[in-house]
Amino acid sequence: MITPWIRRHRKSSKSVSSQGLMLPGHRMPRIRRRRNPVSGLTNQGLISPSDWKRPSVRWGVGATHMLLLVALVVIGLGPLLWLAKAAITPTNDIFNHPLSLTFAHGAAWSNLRTAWSTVQVGHYLLNTIEICFGSWLVQLTVATTGGYVLSVLRPRYARVVTAMLLVTLFLPAIVLLVPLYLMIVNPPLIHHSFMNSYWAVWLPAGASSFNVIIMKRFFDNLPRELFEAARIDGAGPVRLFFSVVLPMSKPILGVVSVFAFIAEWKNFLWPFLVLQDPNKQPISVRLPAIAGQTQLGVFLAAMLIACIVPIVGFLIFQRSFLRGSGLGGAIKG
Amino acid sequence: MDTANPTASDMSAGSLGATEPGRARVHYHRRRTPVTWVRSGGLTTLLFALPLLLIFGAFSWYPMVRSVFLSMEMTPNLVTYTWVGLDNFRYVIHDPLLPIAVKNTAYFAFLALIFGYPIPLVAAVLMSEVRRHRGFYSALAYIPVVVPPVVSVLLWKEFYDGSVTGVFNTILGWVHMGPYAWLSSQQMAMPALVVESTWANAGGTVIIYLAALIGVNSELYEAASVDGASLWRKVWHITMPQLRGVMLVTLILQIIGTAQVFLEPYLFTQGGPNNKTLTVMLLIYQYAFGSSVGSGFGYATALSLMLAAFLALFSLIYLRATRSWSSE
Repeated sequence: MITPWIRRHRKSSKSVSSQGLMLPGHRMPRIRRRRNPVSGLTNQGLISPSDWKRPSVRWGVGATHMLLLVALVVIGLGPLLWLAKAAITPTNDIFNHPLSLTFAHGAAWSNLRTAWSTVQVGHYLLNTIEICFGSWLVQLTVATTGGYVLSVLRPRYARVVTAMLLVTLFLPAIVLLVPLYLMIVNPPLIHHSFMNSYWAVWLPAGASSFNVIIMKRFFDNLPRELFEAARIDGAGPVRLFFSVVLPMSKPILGVVSVFAFIAEWKNFLWPFLVLQDPNKQPISVRLPAIAGQTQLGVFLAAMLIACIVPIVGFLIFQRSFLRGSGLGGAIKG
Repeated sequence: MDTANPTASDMSAGSLGATEPGRARVHYHRRRTPVTWVRSGGLTTLLFALPLLLIFGAFSWYPMVRSVFLSMEMTPNLVTYTWVGLDNFRYVIHDPLLPIAVKNTAYFAFLALIFGYPIPLVAAVLMSEVRRHRGFYSALAYIPVVVPPVVSVLLWKEFYDGSVTGVFNTILGWVHMGPYAWLSSQQMAMPALVVESTWANAGGTVIIYLAALIGVNSELYEAASVDGASLWRKVWHITMPQLRGVMLVTLILQIIGTAQVFLEPYLFTQGGPNNKTLTVMLLIYQYAFGSSVGSGFGYATALSLMLAAFLALFSLIYLRATRSWSSE
């Protein structure tokens, strides 16, 4: 009755829950074979195989899924499709017939051109990319080295540091808003304002305890025997880090990377506060500022450009995204 | 304790209360645990720990301590600090805007629960039964999450256009309703914000539920089918109890998130109309950066500390919930 596939699955689903934190990437060979992290769900789900054979069940389920698909497309994708259409529609047409599916007065591709050149969306996009790249680098450096110290090297102060990380894990970001701002404007010891410098965004981004903790938990699950073997072969801690731990951690590095990038792309309040020079601002900070002084069509084109990069990035790195957001509910102390 | 095993000595580190990587610690190791990598690796370890210690020290731990002091100081010009004790807290508590902001935030959180809590759950349970192209479904659900919040808010602001030719008013016009004022209506502004926020965030919750549904033991479904349980009974008696832990976690995460809502009221309505969408976060922002930068920093930190203390309660529940859930 139970096919080998199901047996294998059941076994693995048990080991997932007994690990506590769901890091599917830990069993790397299996993950690679899968096309999507959530596609390996139970074959025997709510609807049993015998139920499946009944036409009424098949039709019912099929219709429900069709409905779900339509709802997802209309509600989830609809607003973005509207944005894509409106971005190439003349402003007057958007005002008069916002829901028209056709172009009454032709498509206005010039919207995109104007947004890119006159509104300088390209320039702000480059700013955003620069900010994202720096934040990503800082976050990855802190998370990998920190996770390595706390999980593998484990000095005596590791426990204290871990405890302090857990304290900050649930600290709402808002508590730090003002003291962080003061830290940037008038840092102690250095006495040089970081206002309008990208360091003001890059460095605080590194203080993400979530990153360090998921990294540490991933390292915790790597086989210790391998570290011992490397040590016996004469690898020092530096060599162990670069040649053993990092290459084995590609899945989690992918997860942390996509989230670092997307989080910074979505960020508004902090860059808005510390980057007051319009030339240095990222696109998300510029958009509200140019909203009032730009033609609607051109403005919507600018918004479309601003969200195309993360959407395309998501579609490419879908696997890392969906794997990572499952982690959201699974951090434990 | 006096052992050559590095892990055992690590275990005792906590009980010894080792706080700082002082010199004494290295000597201790040199004398007692002659393991090569510990003896020679102390400095390397510290170098590896340095990025974490510096970044968190400067941008997390120090500001945390600083905020406690700031909440009891006045900073009229970012240079001089005057100790005022609990005056800031007194000012904030007696500010007539505070009860309004608290009420609005609670209202936002409540509406977000009504709209945003059941939808992802139902969607995830339905999606978990999709046999082909499930990845396509979850990608569709997740796309709004990667759209920058600024873009989604400004986009929905267009949708909420109050004129007859606004997007939503046009749709409602087809069934002869409206036009509604949406964002400039005192009754509709807050629900409008919540609908946008639900659209922007629900996908993330769907994926958390989907990940949790992997963990539901298929044997239970098999057994229930053998016993002749109907679909609803399976949903009610197997799926839901198995998801209980995750449902608590998403609930807490959502409350923590909505209590800090800022972008929607800031970009949609600036707190209006008539302070109907003024949230606690927006009030904190207005204290700190609203009029003249600096003069209200004390008030802002005082209020954020109060908010943090309130949220700490939920964080504790969260920690307990995840612990029991993942040890199941």
